[in-house]
Amino acid sequence: MNIGELLTLSLHALRANKMRSILTMLGVIIGVFAVILLVSIGSGLQSYITNQISGLGSNLIFVIPGRVGGARTPGGQQTNKLVINDAKRLDTKLKTIADVGPIVQKIAIIKYKNKSDKDASIFGTTSNYPQIIANTIMETGSFFTASQERSGARVAVIGQTVKQNLFDGKSPIGEKISIAGNRYIVIGVVKARGSVFGVDEDNTAIIPINAAQRQFSVTTLNTIYLSAKKPDLVPLVKKEANTILLKRLTEDDFTLQTQEQTLSTISNVIGALTVALGGIATISLVVGGIGVMNIMLVSVTERTKEIGLRKALGARRKDILSQFLFEAVMLCVAGGIIGIGLGLGASYILAKFFISSVTTWSVFLAFAFSVAVGIVFGMMPAYRASRLSPIEALRYE
Amino acid sequence: MKKNAPVITLKDITKSYNTADVSIEVLHSISLTIHKGEFVAITGPSGSGKSTLLHIIGLLDRATSGKYFLHDDDVTKLTEDEQAHVRNREIGFVFQSFNLLQRTSVLENVVLPAVYAGMKTKEREDKAQELLAEVGIDEHMFKKPNQLSGGQQQRVAIARALMNDPSIILADEPTGNLDSTSGKDVMNILKNLYKEGKTIIVITHDSTIARQTERIITLKDGMLV
Repeated sequence: MNIGELLTLSLHALRANKMRSILTMLGVIIGVFAVILLVSIGSGLQSYITNQISGLGSNLIFVIPGRVGGARTPGGQQTNKLVINDAKRLDTKLKTIADVGPIVQKIAIIKYKNKSDKDASIFGTTSNYPQIIANTIMETGSFFTASQERSGARVAVIGQTVKQNLFDGKSPIGEKISIAGNRYIVIGVVKARGSVFGVDEDNTAIIPINAAQRQFSVTTLNTIYLSAKKPDLVPLVKKEANTILLKRLTEDDFTLQTQEQTLSTISNVIGALTVALGGIATISLVVGGIGVMNIMLVSVTERTKEIGLRKALGARRKDILSQFLFEAVMLCVAGGIIGIGLGLGASYILAKFFISSVTTWSVFLAFAFSVAVGIVFGMMPAYRASRLSPIEALRYE
Repeated sequence: MKKNAPVITLKDITKSYNTADVSIEVLHSISLTIHKGEFVAITGPSGSGKSTLLHIIGLLDRATSGKYFLHDDDVTKLTEDEQAHVRNREIGFVFQSFNLLQRTSVLENVVLPAVYAGMKTKEREDKAQELLAEVGIDEHMFKKPNQLSGGQQQRVAIARALMNDPSIILADEPTGNLDSTSGKDVMNILKNLYKEGKTIIVITHDSTIARQTERIITLKDGMLV
């Protein structure tokens, strides 16, 4: 028998029991669908976060208070010992190889006339912030100057979300807003930046660091950004910064982290998550395969007499084996194709609300796996059918 | 009686079934020769072993001991697949209960032996149509078997048996499920095939059927009478 004949034969058989074939396929459909969708979500998440973080600038080193990922940290609260003078010393000593940007961050209400924006992030920083954080691009107006920074002028650069929430399409430049009760003049608007780790980077107001420290009565810093002047200077900047900071602080008071480290940490976590999700989905595909095997065993029993007749008419073992194996593979291939279609469709729709990116490897893997499931789980029933003795099969009622 | 070359030669064929602890012998040392072009009836009461004998001759079952020569070739030692090949080319089966595949059309049922012989689609469909015309069913070839009467179904089965031009036709109670008119039709077709030179073996417990053949072999309790 050639492939064409096997195809017609198995289509006949599958059509003869439509409902049963569809229900059996459903197991495979759900399995393939789940593999594609879950892997798409995982890899969508990964590329999304990678893009967001590299948007900050690739030469970036973060100095954050406290020790992150160290075994020496005892449980409990850590006091933030990072202050503006640390940033100043870094700035003085690293001037030739890096830009230094200290950050004071607070959550506060921003008001304009009768409108208000809750939960906005207020960044107090220096005038070189746009050079350090690469995705800070001005839409209108300008960033505050070094002299405004020094004098602690009450000026603010706002993000897209703040603009939308408060200004309703009107130009915000020159308008007076209130940040946590103090008056600021809007001097610039930053283009959309997206969000990092679920924090809306556009729901922000950026103000001079002196103004922020005065307003919120803080002396400590949340972060110091170090932007190396060239990518290959990153290790040197990191090493030097460590030496400088250790003069005043201990190893437990701060952590230096490069962009690369952050990226690889997150990639690893999400990668592991994607594999885990895919693995769980694969289990459902295996369960679908067991369903196929079950139905094929029923089918072999039901068609014992047909098998006997075919053997009497001259079918060899391999003819019967390939007939039943082909039927199982057809079920799985059809289920696989439908599952891929649904998975692609669902991940396309999901991409509009959430994040999802279809990976070619997951589609191929799911398809290859469903064919393999068909062969593996179809083999046993087909082998059983091929071994039936012609006379016993013919006598079967 | 014509004395053509022997087609089927059985020597001391015995068949026994082993149950849990007893062995029941259903055929005792059967030796017989059937020549080319003979029209033979194997008859006997039920339980006499005539069906078992037919299954052994048709290579559907194996003898426990003894030798079976088909056209001078010892076929007792063939593997299952080799036996399938011999059944496919040399033997046409006609069963009491027709054994047609109900899900497929009459035409697809008839071509089945040719599918396993590897004949081309066009060629085998032409051949099947010719055979269906000979048995007078060609107008029903796209119907499903269960849309036909019993007599018509048995004629489809005969067309199928002739598909690969076998030299031997084995018919197991071919008229057993038919009314007398259809039974007569079927017997007439078999008689015509005999006249065309086919070797035909009919199993029957009906003496009127047996008498229409050229030679009657009677079995009783697994032995030739």
